[in-house]
Amino acid sequence: MDTKSIVYIALFAALTAALGLMPPISFAGLALPPITAQSLGVMLAGAVAGPRRGGLALLLFVALVAAGLPLLAGGRGGIGVILGTSGGFILSWPICAAVIGILVAKAPNAGFVPMAVSIALGGLVLMYAVGIPWMAFVGKLGLMKSLTIMVAYIPGDLVKVVLATIVARGLRRAYPNL
Amino acid sequence: MLDLYSPGTSPLHRLSPGPKMLVLMIGATALFLNESLPITVGALCGVLLLYPVAQLTLKQAWQQIRPLLWIFALFFALQWWFSGIALAAYVVLRLAALILLASLVTLTTRSSDMIETMTWALGFLRPLGVNPAKVGLAISLALRFIPVLAQIAQEVREAQKARGLERSVLAVAMPVAIRTIKMADDISDAIESRGYRP
Repeated sequence: MDTKSIVYIALFAALTAALGLMPPISFAGLALPPITAQSLGVMLAGAVAGPRRGGLALLLFVALVAAGLPLLAGGRGGIGVILGTSGGFILSWPICAAVIGILVAKAPNAGFVPMAVSIALGGLVLMYAVGIPWMAFVGKLGLMKSLTIMVAYIPGDLVKVVLATIVARGLRRAYPNL
Repeated sequence: MLDLYSPGTSPLHRLSPGPKMLVLMIGATALFLNESLPITVGALCGVLLLYPVAQLTLKQAWQQIRPLLWIFALFFALQWWFSGIALAAYVVLRLAALILLASLVTLTTRSSDMIETMTWALGFLRPLGVNPAKVGLAISLALRFIPVLAQIAQEVREAQKARGLERSVLAVAMPVAIRTIKMADDISDAIESRGYRP
């Protein structure tokens, strides 16, 4: 692996961590974990750095969290969070970034909508497809009940998809040979 | 390095990360395989008893659980409503035991030791083309990049504020993204030009 790839892997792992520093939006009264900007890092890693580098970047991020660094939003970290209810979402991040990378690489200069669809498939559909069964398993909840809990997150995630698409397209225009 | 480690000299602190991770994996699997409420309660008490052994206070144990109270309450309510109070108690107590056990490992192990163990374990993947030295470089770079990214974001936000654009997400995100990629390219050139060949 060349030096540039190593630096990009480190960069997107750090980007995901830095996005966790942004204050999370918690909707008071609802018994739900807050919406954070961190999955934006997953989307950008896949769409900008490519499948291999993006996937490895998020793998590095998850490893650093598991090692006990408080890199998740709200200063959380450690193996406990990964084994907890939202652990499936965190563990899905490397796969999601890789899948977004593969989908985007098929048509790197596609228009806004195709790229947004690629990012949404990997960063929303796939993430939920891993995270929700995990939540259902850890909490012994049925799939449907866990799915209902997650509906509240869809609007926020859609905003992130749009934002990631705009930034990724802008970056690809600024650096055509990323 | 800022981490969740709680300094101490207990046997749990002195144990190396590898065995601790192994015990955690076995413990977590056992907790999931076990279906009985009394055993889960026993396991939770057992884990809690380990906290004083590891020179940790019960307050620290509580701090591990506190951020999850909402989700615990939600799960408890749903389970109680649909499946009865016994299953509700079982699910929430099992989660608590699991998280407290995992936190015990995190609290008694320095991140640097944990990273060292992970890099060492990666040595076994060398035949697959994994180079632990390169992984080490990626780890150090990532940790260094976090404050740099925060600083770039701060600078761009101030620059856009001067233009009255601080409320526009894109007017901040786009320059941050472009500057970050440029920085990454410069750094990889700098590493290459120093003849880095791990």
